Amino acid sequence: MAIDFSREVDYVARLARLTLEPAEKERMAGQLSDILDTARRIQELDTSAVEPTSHVVDMPAVLRDDQTRPSLILSRVLQNAPRRQKEYFRVPSIIRTDPD
Amino acid sequence: MKLYEQTASSLSQLLQNKEVSSVEVVLSFLDRIELIEPYVKAFITHTPAMALETASVVDSRRSGGEELHPLAGVPIAVKDNISTRGLRTTCASKILENYIPPYDATVIESLKTAGLPLLGKTNMDEFAMGSSTENSAFYPTRNPWDLERVPGGSSGGSAVAVSTGMTPLALGSDTGGSIRQPASLCGLTGLRPTYGRVSRYGLIAFASSLDQIGPLSLTARDSAMLMNVIAGHDPLDSTAVSEAVPDYTAHLEDGVKKLRIGVIKQNVATGFDPEITAAVMKTVTLFKDHGAEVDEVSLPLTDYGLGAYYLIAPSEASSNLGRYDGVRYGYNHGGDNIETMFSATRGKGFGAEVKRRIMIGTYALSAGYYDAYYLQAMKVRTLIRRDYEAAFRRFDILVGATTPTPAFKIGEKIEDPLQMYLSDVCNITDALAGVPSLSVPCGISSEGLPLGMQMTASPFREGLLLKAACFLEQKRDPVSLRPRVKLPEGGEV
Amino acid sequence: MKYEVVIGLEIHLELQTLSKLFCGCSTTFGREPNTNCCPVCLGLPGSLPVFNRRAIEMAVTVALALNSCIHPQSRFDRKNYFYPDLPKAYQISQYDRPLSGGGFLQIEFDEEVRNISLERVHLEEEAGKLIHSGESIMGSEYSLVDYNRAGIPLLEIVTAPNLASGREARLFLEELRSVLLYTGASDCKMEEGSLRCDANISLRPAGQKELGTKVEVKNMNSFRSVELALNFEANRQEELLSAGGVVVQETCHWDEEKKETIPLRGKEGSSDYRYFPEPDLLPLVLEDSFINQIAATLPELPASRRVRLKEQYGLSGSEAVLFTVNRPLGDFFEAAAKLYSDYKNLSKWVRGDLLYQLRESGKTAAETDPQKFAELLTMLDGGEINRPVAKELLTEMVLSGKSPQKLVREKGLEQIAGDEQLLPLIEQVIAENSDAVESYRQGKDKALAFLVGKVMAMTGGRADPGRLNEILKEKISRG
Ligand SMILES: [Mg+2]
Ligand SMILES: [Zn+2]
Repeated sequence: MAIDFSREVDYVARLARLTLEPAEKERMAGQLSDILDTARRIQELDTSAVEPTSHVVDMPAVLRDDQTRPSLILSRVLQNAPRRQKEYFRVPSIIRTDPD
Repeated sequence: MKLYEQTASSLSQLLQNKEVSSVEVVLSFLDRIELIEPYVKAFITHTPAMALETASVVDSRRSGGEELHPLAGVPIAVKDNISTRGLRTTCASKILENYIPPYDATVIESLKTAGLPLLGKTNMDEFAMGSSTENSAFYPTRNPWDLERVPGGSSGGSAVAVSTGMTPLALGSDTGGSIRQPASLCGLTGLRPTYGRVSRYGLIAFASSLDQIGPLSLTARDSAMLMNVIAGHDPLDSTAVSEAVPDYTAHLEDGVKKLRIGVIKQNVATGFDPEITAAVMKTVTLFKDHGAEVDEVSLPLTDYGLGAYYLIAPSEASSNLGRYDGVRYGYNHGGDNIETMFSATRGKGFGAEVKRRIMIGTYALSAGYYDAYYLQAMKVRTLIRRDYEAAFRRFDILVGATTPTPAFKIGEKIEDPLQMYLSDVCNITDALAGVPSLSVPCGISSEGLPLGMQMTASPFREGLLLKAACFLEQKRDPVSLRPRVKLPEGGEV
Repeated sequence: MKYEVVIGLEIHLELQTLSKLFCGCSTTFGREPNTNCCPVCLGLPGSLPVFNRRAIEMAVTVALALNSCIHPQSRFDRKNYFYPDLPKAYQISQYDRPLSGGGFLQIEFDEEVRNISLERVHLEEEAGKLIHSGESIMGSEYSLVDYNRAGIPLLEIVTAPNLASGREARLFLEELRSVLLYTGASDCKMEEGSLRCDANISLRPAGQKELGTKVEVKNMNSFRSVELALNFEANRQEELLSAGGVVVQETCHWDEEKKETIPLRGKEGSSDYRYFPEPDLLPLVLEDSFINQIAATLPELPASRRVRLKEQYGLSGSEAVLFTVNRPLGDFFEAAAKLYSDYKNLSKWVRGDLLYQLRESGKTAAETDPQKFAELLTMLDGGEINRPVAKELLTEMVLSGKSPQKLVREKGLEQIAGDEQLLPLIEQVIAENSDAVESYRQGKDKALAFLVGKVMAMTGGRADPGRLNEILKEKISRG
């Protein structure tokens, strides 16, 4: 059974914080349905006894010493800021509540 | 003698023998850029002043008798997803159009230490997502072998810059073929190193568990020399391995005798362009004639590689690209509250392919779909690794076509993402397995387009791949490496 | 119907490392905005995280102190959500394979000892800080972002839903803070946000097994607010249920002014965080030797110290609690106890006069010399000085740090030991206060105390009051 992505588009676009034009949305729904139809062929494989691979490097995490290093100077921190105010980054009104 | 026609290794010799200065070398490439670049558009940012500055420092150090790196004074171009301090780094995206990193990627520091003048930052598919360099937010790059065709991607700018003699060396990045596929389509040697061999610090992430920086060059020796500069441990990248770095140029001339070579059944498949399959098989015969042991090998999981890749890479990408929210850097579309600002900035700032991948990845990771898509893909990745482990118990090198077809026409696949994805079908499973893989030219099609052969080895055996590639170069007409660029107004350069 | 309150807490704790969890930026509080920032903690494209060993050690220390079982291999995951204080749009956290699992903390509640079980302890990174242009987040036209805090190591401690009241939650937090201070992992300043607590609270009919619908309570800025907020919310839910209503699953803010929980509007269902393993960090593998080494250097923890103080020095429960909660005072007591063996008396002086003097002078127990203190008590016991003098000396000693012996000599405060010095003074007082003498003879004991006081005043308090009493009685009765 083919996947109909059109029902998912709004939810996923919202989750990903992407404004999509109506035409864009429609085109994307079709393309994503096709791609997912191909991708989900992997579900044919029996992987019940298989551990997932999240890293191909087989070694434990590297730990560094707790030493401070110089931070960037303020002008470098802010140099790419689209909106700033004094020594802060500025953002518009936060209507939504903070996450957990 | 035209300096821009030289390989990096011969330039290195000329410089070390003080037959030419680095400034002369750089000027020769800058002239070449001026001539060719308008037709191919391989660069996003040109840095002639920086290159000349580095070159003159190298020259004066050399004339002062200092012992310099063999590549000191040999210019390079770098893909525009590698961070350069104080120099715009765009990822070919509108969202980073004016972004100036306040730090250098580790590989850039290595290049600076070794003294390679930087000619510029090269064009690419936006955020390295694509196989044709058509997804650049600025302009597509054209294939110099046929200006109507794509150079491959996503490191298309780097490939074209080397292929046309605008630079002797370039760095690209390979997540699922982005070095090897354009190398193949432009007639170059391109190496994807073992995952963890080259530091990713400063490489703007597409899919973190897959991304690797690697060299593109005219010859295997040039790539080996560049690997000597960039490979190694980095305390700033937790996934960079501490494995000792060999001298990659040491065994280039050792030949292929006794090498166990497996021809991957799935990568010389019936659906492929017969000219490519024939060229690969002809090359395999050459190996055999010189003492290699050749047999066929099947990697049955290859059929599922594309599916796993197009779930894992977009999933990681959807998370890696969350940071482009218009707060700290990059494009900001404005908006009267935070959510409209985020969504409009990202909706307008990213191109179509990037948005597609963010959507797929967000979906594959979202509640209710994670197990069936992302987790299953990671398990398939385990199976793919096992496939390779089994194959490497029998073989030293696995070979096949790099791409199913030679360079395709600009616009041909851009409206059909799935067809575009299929052009990387041979490059994805080894990326998922994290093993090193290299594309080397193996012929020219009847239409005059380069054909590439891909060779894959077990982790950290890049040297073996370079050795085999070097062997092939010595059996090949060197003139075939360079395209004559046919200009639209007539004539060639 | 009778209802049972079920509370679970989620505590976030900033660890006191020098540098951040994944980069070398300083963690110092109160710097100029956006000056403790680098490519990593700003989430600049291409930057990558590297673990801070000390943060891992501290996390393991706390987990061990909470009897939580350290997992030999744990994993870091990305928790994806968009918020302007979150530089990468994901928080590096731990999801299904945390640093440690289980654990418990013992609290004393109404004379009864209870084990509060824990679900897990995990390590994650702190977010930046938002400053709103208006008074609150809701009404603000814009906000400003400071990323100095972003990337500070944060330990999350999650309890099982097994606290039964606001008061129990508060006791748990107090005990937890005490443990955390002992491990040195955090300064636990709720005002500065280095310790934060959210709670889940639900009610169920007494005896019922499954949990009721929970409400999440946030924005409780002190242990007291935790108690008040949870009691308020428990009452609210009980009234609602008793009236036949239903509890809606939601998140509330505790309003410190109005003293009530206020539901947050605009929050949609549960968020979809799209957790997945952090590809930039390899799994954290903790060797037994690493864990054992930390376990070996674990300090004595409050619960065992309380028991030991009672057993070793015969202290009462409340004394043991005081000397545990006030760790420097307890340390002072134990140091002095090495030199002075009347522990009951020592404790009385330490928690009484010494504590008072420390408060008055603004000095700390750590600045005071337990040896000199023991010397002072020994002098008192030996009759070299009397109680009022001892108190005066203590004041001086705390302020100047001088030894009591030296102070006595400087001030000439030695007790008058011989009767021959007292007799003339006594005779003078008897002569000058014939009324009082008469009253005493008629049986008014108070008059004697008056006379004792007079003589004492003339000696500058250096007389031994006992001996003075004896001589006065003798003199007056003789006539
Ligand atoms: Mg948390
Ligand atoms: Zn930092």
